[in-house]
Amino acid sequence: MSEQRGTAAASVQYEDRAIRGFAVMTVVWGIVGMTVGVWLAAQLMWPALNFDTPWLTYSRLRPLHTNAVIFAFGGSALFASSYWCVQRTCRTALFLPKLANFTFWGWMLVIVLAAVTLPLGITQGKEYAELEWPIDILIAIVWVAYGVVFFGTVAKRTVSHIYVANWFFGAFIIAVALLHIINSIAIPFSWTHSYSAYSGATDAMVQWWYGHNAVGFFLTAGFLGMMYYFVPKQVGRPIYSYRLSIVHFWALIAVYMWAGPHHLHYTALPDWVQSIGMVFSLILLAPSWGGMINGVMTLSGAWHKLRDDPILKFLIVSLSFYGMSTFEGPMMSIKTVNALSHYTDWGIGHVHSGALGWVAMISIGSMYALIPRAFNRPAMYSIPAINLHFWMSTVGTVLYITAMWGAGLMQGLMWRATEADGTLTYSFVESLKATYPFYAVRLAGGLMFLGGMFVMAWNVWKTLAPPAEHARSLALTPARESHA
Amino acid sequence: MKHEFIEKNVGWLAVLTAVAISFGGLVEIVPLMNDKSAITAQPGMPVRTALEVAGREVYLREGCYGCHSQMVRTLAEEVLRYGPASTAGESVWDHPFQWGSKRTGPDLARVGGRYNDEWHRIHLNNPRDVVPESNMPGYPWLAEQGFEAGEVPAMMRALKRVGVPFDDAAIAKADADVAGKTKADALIAFMQSLRFPKPLPVATAEARP
Repeated sequence: MSEQRGTAAASVQYEDRAIRGFAVMTVVWGIVGMTVGVWLAAQLMWPALNFDTPWLTYSRLRPLHTNAVIFAFGGSALFASSYWCVQRTCRTALFLPKLANFTFWGWMLVIVLAAVTLPLGITQGKEYAELEWPIDILIAIVWVAYGVVFFGTVAKRTVSHIYVANWFFGAFIIAVALLHIINSIAIPFSWTHSYSAYSGATDAMVQWWYGHNAVGFFLTAGFLGMMYYFVPKQVGRPIYSYRLSIVHFWALIAVYMWAGPHHLHYTALPDWVQSIGMVFSLILLAPSWGGMINGVMTLSGAWHKLRDDPILKFLIVSLSFYGMSTFEGPMMSIKTVNALSHYTDWGIGHVHSGALGWVAMISIGSMYALIPRAFNRPAMYSIPAINLHFWMSTVGTVLYITAMWGAGLMQGLMWRATEADGTLTYSFVESLKATYPFYAVRLAGGLMFLGGMFVMAWNVWKTLAPPAEHARSLALTPARESHA
Repeated sequence: MKHEFIEKNVGWLAVLTAVAISFGGLVEIVPLMNDKSAITAQPGMPVRTALEVAGREVYLREGCYGCHSQMVRTLAEEVLRYGPASTAGESVWDHPFQWGSKRTGPDLARVGGRYNDEWHRIHLNNPRDVVPESNMPGYPWLAEQGFEAGEVPAMMRALKRVGVPFDDAAIAKADADVAGKTKADALIAFMQSLRFPKPLPVATAEARP
């Protein structure tokens, strides 16, 4: 973990205040969001766990889980890493650092409002876009501020080229603004109520255009930006192929936007839209794997580093999960496969191979690399603890997704099974009964992944609050960062 | 043009990114807004009553869509299990749509008339009283909460603004229609309304794709 900021950048005073906030909150929101997830997994086995209390009930907490892990945990990691990356690769301090601090407090307010309103049943009723209109407006304001800080920083860079990670972060910021605003258009009729301006099939299409590209841009392009900075940095080698990064960037952002209809196969959405969605989803495999290959191959000639560096393990294994779920996704978008997989727990498994395996693990790895530097510490407090966390995350993810694959395949097959006389073999509830063992394995996997986050929290705590004797030696190392 | 130009010019990078991401939505969403099959109401479909509107609101607020779809796909086994495949025309007045994405419980698009109101009341209170293996949470509070005066008319007026053809008389007597009703009553009324619209006597060809 050598610092490369020696010569040219020595004079640049980076603005890292907001980054430190976002980095710590990544860990906090990760624990919160995943705890809710584990709680929900338990409720699916023991439904009495809602204690007949509205705000503890699965259907109200499920949006809280998704919003917390995507926008609070993932979002904080993206803010922290993009602000970090854009300064270092542009060799300049953040544009309008006070505005960056505003994005921190604004985003935290959004999350707190979400955590209060969703359990109260205040929702727009659109998946992954549940937050009501006043919060939507706040999100839009914070997001525009984020764009101003990010692009302003790129604009005042002191190097001539814009580094590839920043293309991805930039595309993520622009696309998410577009998706959020268009999908959230609604007619309010009180401070906590509104109805979507779209209806029926149009609303379904808008929603899954948004929903799939929340995956494509929030959960993919943004995290690819993270990958393009932290993988080469951690390996200490340049990115594998510059040409590949150009091709897969443009292909990825252009193609992703077409893939939404694969969430609506065989529904009342007009057929031609479904077919377009399927074709583009299949094409999407190529640019997705372009990113994976570029990241993994950056290790060529330095594979031995994987042995000793658990941070690198996180980064590289996350890319493997990325490759796997971006293979699985196009396969599931084939209509005949989708006929089996859709509505089952296979979808939940697919989402979590991306969310735990790719998004969470690249975030965790990047935060382990970023936190000591942002807080001016020599390294994370415990490297063995990172290693432990790595194995808990990996085993937890594998347990989770294999359980859900099994459950989903079984459900899909049971729902379509017919007898010789053409009647259905199983009632719905028989498929649910058969799912309970899989739910138990999923809960175990989720618990293990969450346990890893507690290991991380302990490690971060120890890193930031060193014992007195360490503090003294730290005080002797010259400050590298501005604390303005 | 050399790619290097874009890499050195943040304005062009942002503009070209915006262009690259705009086509998908323009091609897939905009035509739907003018596609008759997607925006014409299913023949014979009744406009919801005040109680059903209130019930749909309960359905949204409790987050039922997390576990229940309202979309019978055009697959033989789904038609066999649930009933006629759903059409786009059935949901033209649904703001937002509630097709769902996961079936932890069964599809509800054809649940109307399948069970009687009393069954639903017991089921909502504690699903295991009627389906022992169920993992659906109980919603006992729905039977204890009602609607405030003005609440349901406000829903209907807002829906009318986005295109649901309520007539003003129905809105005017909405408060009276839901007076004394609980949220459970409303939700049950909504669920009982979920069924394939009765075809009109002289059926025009279905606009389903």
